Order: sequence, then structure tokens, then C-alpha cells
Amino acid sequence: MYPELGQLALILSLLLAVLLSVVPLAGALTGRDSLQAFARPLATGMFVFTALAFVILTHAFLVDDFSVAYVANNSNSMLPWYYKMSAVWGGHEGSLLMWILMLIGWTLAVAIFSRNLPSVMISQVLSVLGMVSVGFLLFIILTSNPFDRLLPNVPADGQDLNPLLQDIGLIMHPPMLYMGYVGFSVAFAFAIAALINGRLDAAWARWSRPWTTVAWSFLTLGIALGSWWAYYELGWGGWWFWDPVENASLLPWLSGTALMHSLAVTEKRGVFKSWTVLLAIVTFALSLLGTFLVRSGVLTSVHAFASDPERGSFLLALLAITILASLTLYAFRAPVVHVRSRYGSLSREIFLLLNNVLLVSATLLVAIGTLYPLVLDYLDLGKLSIGEPFFNTTFSPLAVATGLLLGAGIFSRWKKTDGGWLARKLLWPLAVSLIASALVMIGYGGFAPWAFLGVFAAMWVTVATFWDLWDKSSSRKGRLHGLKRQSRSYWGMVLGHLGLAMVMAGATVVSNYGIERDVRMQPGDRAMVGDYEIVFTDIGERRGPNFTAQYGSFDVYLDGKLVTDLHPEKRQYPVGMSVMTEADIDAGLFRDVFVAVGERVSDEAWAIRLQYKPLVRWLWLGSLVMAIGGFLAIADKRYRIRARDEAGWKNEVQVATGHPAEVSS
Amino acid sequence: MHPIRKKRLTIVLFLVAGIAIAVGLTTYALRQNINLFYDPTEIAAGNAPVDVRIRAGGMVEEGSVARDADSLLVSFRVTDFSASVPVQYEGILPDLFAEGQGVVAMGRLNDQGVFVADQVLAKHDENYMPPEVAEALERSSKGQHKSADVEKAAETTAY
Repeated sequence: MYPELGQLALILSLLLAVLLSVVPLAGALTGRDSLQAFARPLATGMFVFTALAFVILTHAFLVDDFSVAYVANNSNSMLPWYYKMSAVWGGHEGSLLMWILMLIGWTLAVAIFSRNLPSVMISQVLSVLGMVSVGFLLFIILTSNPFDRLLPNVPADGQDLNPLLQDIGLIMHPPMLYMGYVGFSVAFAFAIAALINGRLDAAWARWSRPWTTVAWSFLTLGIALGSWWAYYELGWGGWWFWDPVENASLLPWLSGTALMHSLAVTEKRGVFKSWTVLLAIVTFALSLLGTFLVRSGVLTSVHAFASDPERGSFLLALLAITILASLTLYAFRAPVVHVRSRYGSLSREIFLLLNNVLLVSATLLVAIGTLYPLVLDYLDLGKLSIGEPFFNTTFSPLAVATGLLLGAGIFSRWKKTDGGWLARKLLWPLAVSLIASALVMIGYGGFAPWAFLGVFAAMWVTVATFWDLWDKSSSRKGRLHGLKRQSRSYWGMVLGHLGLAMVMAGATVVSNYGIERDVRMQPGDRAMVGDYEIVFTDIGERRGPNFTAQYGSFDVYLDGKLVTDLHPEKRQYPVGMSVMTEADIDAGLFRDVFVAVGERVSDEAWAIRLQYKPLVRWLWLGSLVMAIGGFLAIADKRYRIRARDEAGWKNEVQVATGHPAEVSS
Repeated sequence: MHPIRKKRLTIVLFLVAGIAIAVGLTTYALRQNINLFYDPTEIAAGNAPVDVRIRAGGMVEEGSVARDADSLLVSFRVTDFSASVPVQYEGILPDLFAEGQGVVAMGRLNDQGVFVADQVLAKHDENYMPPEVAEALERSSKGQHKSADVEKAAETTAY
């Protein structure tokens, strides 16, 4: 009976979403406070029912209710309980439910944390979020009901969770990624609300900023977790494949990064308004595009659970409606460009503008590389794929350029920066980073132009960031006092940029100096990978909770001394008849040693992959640092002290919406 | 020139330059990296280019997998049941690689007509068939050879 209640809860949630998308908006447009007051309770109700549906689905997994088709397809009675929990989002329907829960969770968060916002604004924002919820709730109820029953032929046991997904990486990766994807809906809702009431100003930018930053931080974590998971779980030590589903998550990340920076300009200087709004719309549209690509079955990969044409067209329609409606609104309401504040051709504004140009170019590149084969295929013009080299050759120059620009931009000032002063300022950081990069090149024993550029860009960003921190923290009361005086959002920026530098350094070094060898080995054999000597000592068998495994034993030596022993496995999962390669990794801050067992090539010999991966951890540590920077930035005081500004804004809005008389403040 | 116009001109020039560079790089990189798909029939008929990186796919012919005795060199034949192509690969094959299963390989055709693969992809699970392979089988099996696998493949691609 519970599953039916779950479905009922979803339907109730849909009804509340419909109300939420109409009532407060009508209240805001007609200036009726009584209607606007419905916004928060409706958002809360919607959350309660969706959460209930989610809890019921989780319960069905935990008690092995295989009469529910989704549970039967994605779980098994032998699965450990924690994987039963994570199996809730291991398939299409459940992950969609989780997506919706997060969307509505964000809606609730907006309702709770925006007490200071004028009620006109909050009503519009929540209504827009309500509309998005209607779309996705309709999608899940009509095409992907997680509570569908298998009656009367209830299977005795489930088909098991895909063993690829039985891993801590999976427990964390989708929730983080979804938090990011869906979080951009808040920035989108703010942008649409601002377009509706025609007020795009610093206050609006300040309200959207923390939401955008949080969403971006989650997305950063989600992508990093996905990359980490692919590295050790897909078995072969790659950390980014330019696979369309990866690109689908990178697209909103790139445009979201552009959005964060352009919001900063809009907040501080009141310019780039139309551009910022457009970016907010585009970023959300790219999140939807990502969902469409991953969930519609257009792409076949680990992520595509089912290729159901109905789902694909529904999502495509949703995407089309969102884009068309918001761009139409944008066309009619975007402010005509007559910028009052001036800025010179060498100013922080210009640096951030260039940052946006680079990030948007990168977004376009990735989009072209991802969508071009799909479009050709759809038009029946041939089947082709675009290989990794395309992305590497086009993306790397943009990444390096972004780094170089960033290092210089850190020192720039708003409005006008003196060119001569900036050049003198940059001289020392330039010298320091050149020397440091040269040392790194010598340390890794080999010069390659791209390796040098990548390391240099990372060094340049790092040196410039610390240099600026040193300049800013000089204080008569001592360095420590000066450091303490910096705002949290400044610290957030510092961490964000240092994290980026770490990712750049990691990506460059591991791609240029990593070593990968596939060798044929039998117990007793030795092989070298970099400076490490790997000895294959033994192969054995063991039983896991729901699999059997053959495991190899390897001793790792450096300069004749034993460093560690590794035990990579080859697992057979009997229920789904699948095989998994579990690599074993000796992880370190400066290098990973990676061993994976391939297929058995003769009675004694096995194909073994050995890898030496310098700085590979920096990719994920750097992402973590970036995300922490984001969370720190939103803890800034100025997002809390703002009641005064909003009071002024409220009065003006009432004038702007043309119903001053009916609204009581 | 008026300072505002001058500024706008700078911005526009920057944008145009940026876009030009981006478009240039993209077209160049695209031209280098498009990998077209060929099925065994096309390759056997000599329609596929030699020494250009392409994708090829089909089913691994039963009994065709042969391994070298002291390296990771492996050779097998890929078939769409009307023609087959010899494939050579050195490295680790995917977990789900097996005779009678669908694969897609990336690599180059040499002048002896052997497809030298640098990457071999097999299906993720028992329900998945690379769409190109499914279509290739569909094309070559008009009528007689329609095995259960092919029917399944056709279902998978029907999106």
C-alpha cells in the first residue's frame, strides 16, 4: 500500500506546484498581499509531499519490496543496506525523484532564507520555481513513475544494482551533481522574476549571487566526484574522457562560472545586466540540456538507464518551452543598454568581460563537440564521433588563456587601472612563476611546450593570488590583523582561484608526465613503471557479499625498498552476470601508483595495467578547495546585513509594477 | 574618437578576434578529429579510407580470437554476418569482450586490409549494444540471418 501512497504524494505535490506557479505570481502582478502570502506555505507543502514520496521509495528498497518494478530492477535482497539506500537513485526513475526532491528543496530554501526579500520578489521567484517543478513532476508522473507495480507476478528477487554503481562514489556523486544542476534553477528564477518586474539592479544581483555560488560549488564537487569515481571504479585510471555525459555536466559548470563572475560585476558596478540575465537563463537551459542528454537515451553510456522515446521527447519539449519562454521574455524585457557607469579599457570590468568571453567560448566548444555528432546522426547524415584530441587541442589553449588573464586580473581595479602600474606590478609575479615553472619542468625531467604553459598558468595564478593577499593584508597592526580583516568573500575568491590553479597543475602534470603500461605478467614477474618496480607475487580468490573475485597481489618497490602491496581485483557478480575491474591504488599527494588486472591471457599470464600518476589527486583536491571557496564566499557578512537596502527597493518595486496603492508595506 | 566609442570599438574588436580564433581552432580541430563509422561490409568492399582514424564495429566472430604467446597482442575478426574484417589490438580488452559479442574499435586500416585498433569498446552490460553495431547488423541481415541478438539490437536502437 505504501507505494500507492508515494504516488499519491507526488500527485499532491504536483497540485501544490501548479498552485505555487500561479497564485503568488498573480498576487505579485495584481499587488495582492493575500495571494502572495501563499508562496511560502505552498513551497513547504510541496516539499513535504515530495520528501514523503522519497522516503516511501527508500523504504520500499530497504524492505525489498520487489512488487515495485523500480526496486526489482535496481536492487537485490543480497545487496548490503547502504547500497540499497543508494540504489534509490541508481536508476532513471529514482534519480529523477531525487532531482525533483532537490529542486523543491532549493525552493524551500529560498522560501526560508529570503525572509528579508520584498514579498513581490519572493512570490515571483517561488512561482517560477513552481513552474519548473510542475514540468518535472509531470515528467515523473507521466513517463517515469518510480512506484509502478509488478502485479500480480511479483519476482522472487531483484535484478541487482549495476555493480559499477555499488560504490561510495555513486552514493555521493549524483546528489552533489544534482544539487548543482538544480541549484542553477534558483539563479534562473531570480533572473526571470527580475525580467517580469523589470528591475535588474545591484540588489537583484546580490540576491542571486549566493544561490549561484552555492549551486556552482555543489556542481564542482559533483563533477570532481564523478571524475574520481571514473578514475578508480571504471577501472582504467582515466579521469576525464570528454564523454558526452561528462560534457553535459561541464557545460553548466562553465557557463555557471561565467555567471558567477558577471554577477559580481553587476553587483559591484551595475553593468553587464542583460548579459548576466542571459547567462542565468543559458546556464539553467544547459542544466536541462544535460538532463536531456543523459536521461533520454540519446547517448548510450553508464548513465543512460533506458532509451524510452516518450521520455526523450518530453524532456526536449520541456527544454524547448523553458528556452523559448524565457528568451521571449528576455527579448521584451531586457533593459536597453544605456550604461551610466563608465569603465576604462583597462579595468577589472574588462578583465571579467574577457573572462566571460573565454568561458563562453569554452562552453560553445564543448557544446559543439558534444552535440555535432548527435545532430548529424539525428538528421541521418552519418555516424561519427568526435575524439578526445578535439577537446584537448581546443580546450587547453582556452584554459591557459583563462589562467593568464586571471593572474593579471587579480591586480586590476574597478573603473580604471593604470597600464604602466599594472605592468610593473606583474613583473615580479611573472619572474617568480617563470622560475618556479622551470623548476617543475626540471623536476619532472622533460620540457614540453604544453606542459610548460599549463604549469606556468597554474603558477601564475597561485603567485598572483598570494601576492595580492600579501598586498591587501598589510596593516599597521601587523600581518595577522591584516589577514583577519579580509572579508569571507575575499577568502572565498582566494580559495576558488587557488583550487583552479591546483586543478590546472594536476591536469597538466598527469597528462604530460603520467606513465601507463599494459603488460603481460604471470606470478613472479617484475615490471617497471616510472621509478617504481612492481612485482606480481600471487593471484587468489575470495568471496564478497554479492560477488566472487580473483585478486592479484603486487609488491611495489622504489629504489629497492618496499613501498606497499596492492591487491587489485576482478569481480564477477552472478545476479547481473557482470564483471568488474577493481583497481588498487597507492594514493599519495604527489603521485599515485595504480595497478589493475585485465583479462587472463593464458593459463598463467594476465594482462596487467600499471600506471604512475603524478599529481592526479590535485584534480580532486583542487576542486574541493574551489568548492570550499564557494561556501566561504556565501558566508560573507554583507549577505546578511541588507535590510535597509531592501526597504528602499520594495517601495520602488511597487511603483515599477504599477500598483502602489494596493500594496501595503 | 569619442572615448565611449573607442571603448566599444575595443570591446567589439576583442570579441571578433576571440570568436575568429575560436572558430578557426574549432574547425581545424574538428577536421582532424572526426572519426567516421564503417561496418565490416563497407571495409571489405574497400570503401573505408586507409590510414585514417576511423571507427569500425560488429560482432566478434566465434573462434577468431587469437593471442600472441608473449605479448598482449590479440587478433580477432569482426563481422556483420555478410563480411568480416581482421582486427589487431595490443593492450587490455574490456571486461565484457567475448566472442559473439558486439564491439566498436577505433583505429586505422593498414594496406593489408587489417584494422589496427588502438581502442576497443565492448558493451556495458548484457542489454547494451553499440548503436552503430546494431544498425550495421540490421543492414546486413535483411532477411535470413536475423538472429535473436540482432532483434534485440534493433529494439535498443529504436529511440
